[in-house]
Parts: sequence; C-alpha cells; structure tokens
Amino acid sequence: MVQCESTRLDASFAALSDATRRGVLEQLGRKDASITDLAEKFRMTLTGMKKHVGVLEQAGLVTTEKVGRVRTCKLGPLRLDQETAWIEGYRQLWAARFDELDKIVERLKQKEKVHGRKK
Amino acid sequence: MDARSENEPTPIKNSTTVEQTSEREIVVTRTFNAPARIVFQAWTTPELFKQWWLPKSMGMSLLSCEMDVRTGGKYVLVFGPASNPTPFYGRYIEVTPHARLVWTNDESDHGAVTTVTFEEQGDTTLLVLHELYPSKEAFEAEHGMEEAMGETFAQLDELLITLG
Repeated sequence: MVQCESTRLDASFAALSDATRRGVLEQLGRKDASITDLAEKFRMTLTGMKKHVGVLEQAGLVTTEKVGRVRTCKLGPLRLDQETAWIEGYRQLWAARFDELDKIVERLKQKEKVHGRKK
Repeated sequence: MDARSENEPTPIKNSTTVEQTSEREIVVTRTFNAPARIVFQAWTTPELFKQWWLPKSMGMSLLSCEMDVRTGGKYVLVFGPASNPTPFYGRYIEVTPHARLVWTNDESDHGAVTTVTFEEQGDTTLLVLHELYPSKEAFEAEHGMEEAMGETFAQLDELLITLG
C-alpha cells in the first residue's frame, strides 16, 4: 500500500530537524508571507531567513515566488501525510537496528572463519 | 536543485524497506551478507540480541533480556531507563532453526504476532519480518503512538496536525 521514497523523505526530515524551519512551516500554514515578514517574526537577519527558506524549498515543503521586489513564500507541493511520516519513522528504527545487527553478523562470520563451524 | 541527490556515495549498507501490506499488517525486509544460521544465531542468542535490538540512536537501553527460544518458550525484554523500566514479553509459537521465528507480543491486548523468516540466497540471507495485528484498530493503536520514533516524530506529528 505505502512504499517509502526514502531519499525524498530524508530531505524533508532534514528540513524539519530545525525549530525555526518548523516554525516557518507552521506560520505559512496559516498564511503566505514574505521573507522579510518571516525574518521579522523570527527575529532573524534576511540572509539567515533566506537560508532556512532555501532548505525548505529544496525539500519541496515551501515554494517561493518573486513579485516585484518581494519574495513570497507559501507551503510547497510536498505534503507529508501522517501515514508516510510514521512509516518512515518505523523504517528508520529497523534500519538502525539492522545496521547494528550487521556488525554482530560480521563478527560471527569472522569467528567462524577462524575457529571453523561448530558442530 | 532536486532534493534527490544522485551524486551521493552509495552506502554499503543494505537497505531496509517497509511496506504496509494490509490495514493490520506491516512487512519489513532486509538482506544480510551472511548465511541464515548466523543471522538466526544473532536473533536467538540473548547476549548477541542485546547488542543490536536497541541501537544507541533510540536513546533507550535494554536492562534485561531473557529468551527461551523454543516453541512454547517465553521471552521478557525490559527496556530502560532504570528509573522507568518497561517490560515487553510474549511467547515463541514457532521456532524453526535457521528459517523461521514466530512470537507473540503479550504486553497489551492489541499486540501483534511477529513472524521472521530467514531465506538463504547464495551468500546472503533475505530477512522478512511480518507484524500482524489482531485488528485495524489494534494496528492504529500501536502505530499511531510509535514511542520508538522518539521526540522528533512526536514533534513532526504535532506539526502535521497544525498544518492540517
């Protein structure tokens, strides 16, 4: 039913790992805003806010449009639905477990090579 | 720039895939570069199991781990922290050495039955883990609040709700 597009999601999760960027998304969920508005709201320099918006834009979470001298930001086409989010969380849990399991398996393989198979 | 960065070095790690195959079942798949008997040994030997079941990134520890791996045998895992230990327990309902493990999760009435199969393919082993819940509601109760995901995902959930 649901299969993960993990690389796409990695970008989204990286984008969401920062509190300011989550705040920006929340803000844009209420209404569109210019970079200047957002910079003021989050008490940040324009350059700093541009960087955050850039990360969100790359992840597909935000789109921007320049009209005259004002760049307006709105929520992007990529909406992570809840189902996808928990499946990705679950996948990451198992991936982390299995990466550890790889190490154990590798050790057991080496041992077998040295000592030969038991029984 | 596209968020899919194709130039990233290919990781040597085998990939883990997760698929929800029905409203009460989820399937996790992973290949290991070892014979099935070795992978099986790492799953069924407590001293080895302890070393991988709770990766550091989960921020939890395994306080104790008792496993009587034979059909009808019981297991008890206790997750830390020590100040707030959480036990997980159940029974092995099928144990076929190097091939198949089936156990119950009995700490709640919506626990899944977990089936793990180890299929040797040349020098590798394909591991497939199924979690089958008693009902759709049980599935949602377990996965709606996936504690293991940790704070990030809890925060993400909140965010997604506010984004509506």
